Amino acid sequence: MSEQYEPNIVAFLCNWCSYAGADLAGTSRTQYPVNLNIIRVMCSGRVNPLFIINALQQGADGVLVSGCHPGDCHYMEGNFYARRRFGLMKELLEYIGVDSRRFNMSWVSASEGGKWKDVVEEVVGKAKEAGPFEQFRRNKINW
Amino acid sequence: MNNKPKIGVYVCHCGINIAKAVDVEAVAEFASRLPNVKVARNYAYMCSDPGQLLIREDIKNEGLNRVVVASCSPRMHEMTFRKTLAEAGLNPYYLEMANIREHCSWVHEDREKATEKAKRLVFSAVAKARLLEPLYENEVDVEPATLIIGGGIAGIQAALDIADAGFKVYLVEKTPSVGGRMSQLDKTFPTLDCSACILTPKMVDVASHPNIDLMTYSEVEEISGYVGNFDVKVRKKARYVDVDKCTGCGICAQECRLAGRIPSEFDAGIGKRGAIYLPFPQAVPAKYTIDPERCLMLTRGKCGKGPKCEAACAAGAINFEQKDEIVEVKVGTVIVATGFDVFDAAKKPEYGYSDYENVITALEMERLVSASGPTGGNIVLGKGEDAFVPKEVAFISCVGSRDKSVGNEYCSRVCCMYTAKLAHLVKEKLPEANVRVYYMDVRAFGKGFEEFYDRVRREGVRYVRGNPSEIFKRGDKLVIKAEDTLRSTPIEDEVDLVVLAVGLEPRKDTRQIIDLLRLSQSADRFYLEAHPKLAPVNTATDGVFLAGCAQGPKDIPDTVAQAKGAASSALVLLSSGKVKIGAQISFVNESTCRGCGYCVEICPYSAVELVSVNRMGNMVQVARVNEALCKGCGACSAGCLSGSIQQRSFMDRQILPQIAVLGGVR
Repeated sequence: MSEQYEPNIVAFLCNWCSYAGADLAGTSRTQYPVNLNIIRVMCSGRVNPLFIINALQQGADGVLVSGCHPGDCHYMEGNFYARRRFGLMKELLEYIGVDSRRFNMSWVSASEGGKWKDVVEEVVGKAKEAGPFEQFRRNKINW
Repeated sequence: MNNKPKIGVYVCHCGINIAKAVDVEAVAEFASRLPNVKVARNYAYMCSDPGQLLIREDIKNEGLNRVVVASCSPRMHEMTFRKTLAEAGLNPYYLEMANIREHCSWVHEDREKATEKAKRLVFSAVAKARLLEPLYENEVDVEPATLIIGGGIAGIQAALDIADAGFKVYLVEKTPSVGGRMSQLDKTFPTLDCSACILTPKMVDVASHPNIDLMTYSEVEEISGYVGNFDVKVRKKARYVDVDKCTGCGICAQECRLAGRIPSEFDAGIGKRGAIYLPFPQAVPAKYTIDPERCLMLTRGKCGKGPKCEAACAAGAINFEQKDEIVEVKVGTVIVATGFDVFDAAKKPEYGYSDYENVITALEMERLVSASGPTGGNIVLGKGEDAFVPKEVAFISCVGSRDKSVGNEYCSRVCCMYTAKLAHLVKEKLPEANVRVYYMDVRAFGKGFEEFYDRVRREGVRYVRGNPSEIFKRGDKLVIKAEDTLRSTPIEDEVDLVVLAVGLEPRKDTRQIIDLLRLSQSADRFYLEAHPKLAPVNTATDGVFLAGCAQGPKDIPDTVAQAKGAASSALVLLSSGKVKIGAQISFVNESTCRGCGYCVEICPYSAVELVSVNRMGNMVQVARVNEALCKGCGACSAGCLSGSIQQRSFMDRQILPQIAVLGGVR
């Protein structure tokens, strides 16, 4: 692995807490690594586990799902579904041999711009440790 | 069919906010080469009039049918640009935004990397935009009524404004009387208006207003529904006094066996009440309440040979059999005006609040100087033969404010000025007394504040810059140990009375209200407003507004102003009578749904149900979404095994291309 390796992370953020928290990090001009790209969903409960597999298949080195703190969900219990689903998901990924450092969940509220920065740094750091993800790559076929 | 995507991409400079870190021209050039992109432009301020005009012109002249704006967060300007599209005759949901400011230019300094990231985000937005579908909002009626939680000055003011505009108000107050914290204050800074004199008339008004249903000694138990249509359950706690019969004569309270033995909440614990009580003389409603946790009859089932209050009540109002009552009301809007708690001074043990009788909080001092307080407004310490008038009085500011060690980093905003006011009142009542204020900074920022602070100093109140490190007892005196940071000298002052200027904290029941209304907290644990500058009374929940200290510490004028703001925001909805809701809700593809019912179980709002339909001659079960109940979280969609239930604007086939773009960077 070269020194220059920069992982690519796909992140799913709920509109009400984590997306707003990331907005706050921006408004506060908090600097953090550039490696993470955000997809907005209304609730972390919207994130289909297949999205995670799909992101890894498409070439992401890591995935993050972030929502409201448990109990604070804008839709009452969406983040509980997310927590359940992705607790299981993590075990499944480990079972099939995917480094668990590639899959992350966090709870970031709309007022936690500082925490968002910490989360990004941690997720990117872990993905760097884990190295490039090649496992799900379809072999390129030269016709 | 002419629905082949023709996308316009607009990259905003936001002055230099984006352009500084992102090469906006390069991003626009990159966008122009993306599939289905017809035009790609960059402009200084897309949200400005000329910026929006640019989009409208292109829709007209270039025949655009999808628009991507790469600018700030959609939480900021999604509504603005949706309106732009609608004005040009395009369905507003043909808009997708790429957040290249909050999520890119403001958080990354490396121009090259930030530009690359902006390109990715724009690509992702274009990938989604190609697959956007037109959506239509539902219009629902707004129930012409408001629920206001909290009967302090904020709740009272909001209630009066809404009721005067002709709409029904349910004002729910937890304690037996309206009035809140303001009713506990003696005078108000900087004008020295008598608090009760300006508040009491408003308290009477809310009780007598034909449009206000005042529910004191009541708590909101449950709120369901959505903007325009909230169903509320209120628990009217049993007072064990029939309010229709009670005349408020007060003989019961005199007769109570526990009279004068229970610390009075209203007097901040320095005065005493009985088990049956009126919180304070001007209480509204002027009806007595029995404290179920103290009353001998209610706790032990007997009270001497029989409850004396019952025997004394000529009106026969006492009723120990009374039960809590649940009242259900329907409202269109909700205002949260639950106020604050004062900081618990025991959390700063170095000040000895728990150890020394003559270390008191400012709220206790308010009651001590108040003419309606337990001492009739005389500043007297100790009891009976030991009673004395203090000669040396000290105030300590910022107790529980601007103090990370107790978890309160914020300034409570009122303590500097109420300290100046209390210091003035001490000087007024005890001209011979030496009054000193130990402070970190004096923040006299409001109208007339600096002038008042100046006046108090001229009256002889000494301001000592330095927060005391310790308070201890030496003989009869309290000793304040501090450093005068202006002179850099250590000080030890002997005083008779120490008043702690305690800060304002979120109420202990904040959590309950959050659970009821799905609100959020800011870092200081007060309720979070929708936008700190432009939507300071709104919350993330449509139709729910904030007023007063529930949102953060503020003084009375600011509280009243915010209450009026919340009332006017509620009135916008009430007076228009209609509100548009949820276009981004779920729908079912009934031809692929297999009727497993998993989505029915998942939905937190019971918005999905199974219905029987005829599918090619066979009756089969399929899921169906009740559009009035669906709030658009998409949890059903993530759980569906066949992908038949989908959330509009966040469909699998709209998100997957975004994943493909953002995942496939390497």
